[in-house]
Amino acid sequence: MFKIVNVITDNQKFTVASIIITLFLCYTFSLFSNLPQKNYDTSAMARKGKMVWQKYNCNACHQIYGLGGYLGPDLTNVTSIRNTKQLTAFIKSGTKSMPVLNLTDTEIECLIEFLKNVNSTGKSDPRTFQIQKNGTIHQ
Amino acid sequence: MEPFINKKYSYPGLFLRTGLLLLSIGLIFGLTGALQYILLGFIKQYISFEKIRPLHVSSVVFWIILGAIGSVLSYVQQHSGKKLHSEILLKIQFYIFCVSIISILISYFFGVFGGREYWEFNPLFALPIGIGWILFIINFVKTLGSFKNQPVYVWMWLTGIVFFLFTFLESYLWLFPYFSDNVVNDMTIQWKSYGSMVGSWNQLIYGSSIFLMAKISGDKSIGYSKISFALYFTGLTNLTFNWGHHIYTLPTHDYIKHISYIISMTELILIGRIIYKWRLTVSEARKHFHIVSFRFLSAADFWVFLTLLLAILMSIPGINVYTHGTHVTVAHTMGATIGINSFLLLAVAFDIFPRNNKYLSLAFWIANISLLIFWISLIIAGIEKAKWQMRAIQSPFSTMMMDIKPYFISFFISGLALIIALTFIILPLFKKENTRK
Ligand code: HEC
Ligand code: HEM
Repeated sequence: MFKIVNVITDNQKFTVASIIITLFLCYTFSLFSNLPQKNYDTSAMARKGKMVWQKYNCNACHQIYGLGGYLGPDLTNVTSIRNTKQLTAFIKSGTKSMPVLNLTDTEIECLIEFLKNVNSTGKSDPRTFQIQKNGTIHQ
Repeated sequence: MEPFINKKYSYPGLFLRTGLLLLSIGLIFGLTGALQYILLGFIKQYISFEKIRPLHVSSVVFWIILGAIGSVLSYVQQHSGKKLHSEILLKIQFYIFCVSIISILISYFFGVFGGREYWEFNPLFALPIGIGWILFIINFVKTLGSFKNQPVYVWMWLTGIVFFLFTFLESYLWLFPYFSDNVVNDMTIQWKSYGSMVGSWNQLIYGSSIFLMAKISGDKSIGYSKISFALYFTGLTNLTFNWGHHIYTLPTHDYIKHISYIISMTELILIGRIIYKWRLTVSEARKHFHIVSFRFLSAADFWVFLTLLLAILMSIPGINVYTHGTHVTVAHTMGATIGINSFLLLAVAFDIFPRNNKYLSLAFWIANISLLIFWISLIIAGIEKAKWQMRAIQSPFSTMMMDIKPYFISFFISGLALIIALTFIILPLFKKENTRK
């Protein structure tokens, strides 16, 4: 099996590699210049809220669109099932697993604004997905 | 030129050993995390899960990265028959990495986060790591010398080294509001970079494994065979285009999903095939001489097979809908990072520090069996959560987590067994060479 010696020349290898890498760069930069969501409106508060989310590493226990740690629930659409009062209560007093992280009131307001913003970008509940004929998922 | 002589190259070995140390630390954090799954709120006042998880994940990811660097730097010298281009650059790189990694772990303890999955540290730390990586590139390229007529593992190393830097930088694009203002855009680019980054370190590790196989079998043509290059090019295609399977359920461009759906999991099939064919070619005598490395390479082959099976299932969107966001994903990640990446790196470690003792064989089997139970427990927990997710009327999240606790308990116990076995495997690597057979 491995007795086949160097049947592919360097030139051929460089050519194939260059093609793949060129395609990759085209893919990358076309994606950068044409990001998936365009008409969105992110308020300054939501932007700050995102930094609060990252500062306290909420993502280690929670997911957004199913990505994150798995000790706690997915929060992509939590603002459509809980109101601001309930959310504030959760964040302030924690739960059995969730620690009290001592966020300031402003941080909590911004965070909830961020979660509302996330909610407006789509749905992550698998019950709402449709699987299309070509095999991809549509929401 | 006699490239296959084992010499003592101290610093590359130090990279591997520091990696092994990080692995040991990471295992303890992993176990603590698993304990927090079954004893809710366990030590949460001191160190709760948002600290434990990054401590675990960063430690083990740095094990893989340092191990990969160590393996490449040792083998590139054996391959080229030359000493490393610059020992000083290497020392600088080593200390930059050590200081950064220690600072990162300490910062987690104090709850200082950048808050991005996997790279959860403050973005400032990315700077020294990036610089250290550039030193690595310089050292590697200079030591290699010529690009002419190189075997496949050199191609893999080069690809891994360059793409790691590219994707590492890409993963910090979120610092620009253009990329991060919208969460879907942000996550698309984030997972694009992560998907390719994992592919990059795989290239480094697979490259070293193929070198090691050539060395064990004494058959250098492995590095030049058509199938090896076929593996390399499919690997490169996967690395560049297959990242979309992480974000099937994100409302992002459809074409991203189509592309990664079409680019299947061929890379894993091919590496499995190479190891399998190679095992048939290794003579009993040579096998015996490298028995521990040989075992770990074979174990990785088995885990490639299992991971492939799960990965193919998970990349069918109709199944991904259910498994996404559950512990099936965790099974996939840990199955691959332990069973494939770590086992291949252990094979390399036992080549660079040849050791054997009477416990190793037993520890090897316990590690594999407990990893299997560990993996299955996570998959069952994931399937149960998937069923819950699809229910019209769901019980509360906390009730569901209570219901699947038995699987987390078996996850914890098998994890503990895995750790004990790995300890017996890792310890000899820190001892002076004495029992080589
Ligand atoms: C140590 C893990 C952990 C961390 C860190 C954490 N959470 Fe939680 N959180 C949980 C768990 C577990 C639950 C589910 C509680 C339950 O059902 O008992 C939860 C529940 C919630 C809920 C209620 C969800 C619902 O469906 O009612 C909200 C809102 C929430 N967390 C927000 C946050 C935010 C914001 C942060 C970051 C500041 C955060 N959490 C950090 C573990 C965590
Ligand atoms: C070589 C050893 C190991 C490696 C390389 C490893 C790697 C990883 C990785 C990459 C993740 C992130 C998973 C994801 O995001 O999908 C993870 C998560 C985790 N690991 Fe490990 N792991 C190892 C061993 C262990 C052991 C022995 C235990 C426990 C006994 C453990 C417990 C955990 C836990 C609890 C999580 C978090 C799951 C969650 O997100 O909720 N790990 N590990």
